[in-house]
Amino acid sequence: MFSNTKAIAYNDTVVRQFAIMTVVWGVVGMLVGVIIAAQLTWPELNFGIPWLTYGRLRPLHTNAVIFAFGGCGLFASAYYVVQRTCQVRIFNDTLAAFTFWGWQLVILAAAISLPLGYTQGKEYAELEWPIDILITVVWVSFAIVFFGTIGTRKVRHIYVANWFFGAFILAVALLHLVNSAAIPAGMMKSYSAYAGVQDAMVQWWYGHNAVGFFLTAGFLGMMYYFIPKQAGRPVYSYRLSIVHFWALIFTYMWAGPHHLHYTALPDWTQSVGMVFSLILLAPSWGGMINGIMTLSGAWHKLRDDPILRFLIVSLSFYGMSTFEGPMMSIKTVNALSHYTDWTVGHVHSGALGWVGLVTMGSMYYLIPRLYGRTQMYSVKAIEVHFWTATIGIVIYIAAMWIAGVMQGLMWRAVNADGTLTYTFVESVKATFPFYVLRLLGGLLYLGGMLIMLWNVLKTATAGQASMVKIPAFAAHA
Amino acid sequence: MDILYLLIPLSVVLVFFILAGLWWAVDRGQFEDIESEGARILDDSRDV
Repeated sequence: MFSNTKAIAYNDTVVRQFAIMTVVWGVVGMLVGVIIAAQLTWPELNFGIPWLTYGRLRPLHTNAVIFAFGGCGLFASAYYVVQRTCQVRIFNDTLAAFTFWGWQLVILAAAISLPLGYTQGKEYAELEWPIDILITVVWVSFAIVFFGTIGTRKVRHIYVANWFFGAFILAVALLHLVNSAAIPAGMMKSYSAYAGVQDAMVQWWYGHNAVGFFLTAGFLGMMYYFIPKQAGRPVYSYRLSIVHFWALIFTYMWAGPHHLHYTALPDWTQSVGMVFSLILLAPSWGGMINGIMTLSGAWHKLRDDPILRFLIVSLSFYGMSTFEGPMMSIKTVNALSHYTDWTVGHVHSGALGWVGLVTMGSMYYLIPRLYGRTQMYSVKAIEVHFWTATIGIVIYIAAMWIAGVMQGLMWRAVNADGTLTYTFVESVKATFPFYVLRLLGGLLYLGGMLIMLWNVLKTATAGQASMVKIPAFAAHA
Repeated sequence: MDILYLLIPLSVVLVFFILAGLWWAVDRGQFEDIESEGARILDDSRDV
């Protein structure tokens, strides 16, 4: 008998901590994003200070938004959802508290070491080996807390969101261990265990699966809990959600090589990556339709519920980017899109549109409840946030689409005599107006996040950290 | 491409683990009476 099974209340302290930090890190990560967008437009903005150069701030931006903002959001919602759906307190309070402080320490270490120039040089896995070890320890603790809670559950059925969270936790552990394998050569220096094209293959096996399991499976867990809760209706087809889960995790693992089209990677491996990427369209759209159709017959709710709008629009962006992704993985399309800003646009339609909006919507549901309220301090502010964010995203991705296709066309244009029509710098010059537009989109998105921070702080100070009792639940024990 | 000797077996092993998970879930009756499970989280009296 574990002590958590006798507890009469949920552990919402750790959920509160992670939820607040989600918003704080969101502001920080997006601010760094805006700064580097400005630097791409006006390179002088690094002021000649090495710590502020684009090459160092860019990984800081990606780490802050993915692992600090997204990561804290995932911790908060996984801990909240697993306790509620299992009707039991979290497995181990001390270990759960450790995951919070440990994860904040990882983020702090990233915020210091990346501007100083310490990096393993692997995209989305830049942090040096001592920090990698800390990540591993925190992640294993997360797994113990999460699966311990599942193991001591009082409800026989494991709700579908938990399957997604569970797959996300296990897959990320595996990906991190394989990709970050390195030989230390000093306290903050290491060499990858793999060399050359092998390293590239491992890196993108990691990189794309990080998209699949960190940025997709985890947030789908959020989606499958918070959309039904906010809409007050069960998910459109629970059966489809189960099929969605198994289909997604069975087919995800081999999409990575599409990041390495037309490189030293063997041709057939590239094709395998492309085929698997195309297959992924089916489970992705199955899940997207399932989420959106949850509102079937109750579409009017979208009219006056801004939180629901966050959640449903996030799914539209999910559908859009999971259509765009497979298309871009087709080698002939990739020949045009690769290395252009189209890729940047694609990533941000997923990151700002899907991951960002679904996290914000979920936090707007979660945060008032964590402070003993039923609603955020200002619903009007949620509404304003929604429109600022959505307009920001549309400007951002439209600018990057146009810029990307233009760059691709300029780079491949040849004269009758076979020489290149444009020099590279001409394509950079032509991109300038779109960089200005992208900065504007980013500023709007950041502005929305600042409104959210204000609203969250107001909600937290107006409410009171409440203790939620676990309902007596005998029937299904 | 020696790395494929690591990555492909790893994927195969993983598929077996996923299959084991699916088998476990089906065997334990996780998917019996499945549509009612979706509605259960909405029951506020139990505040799930």
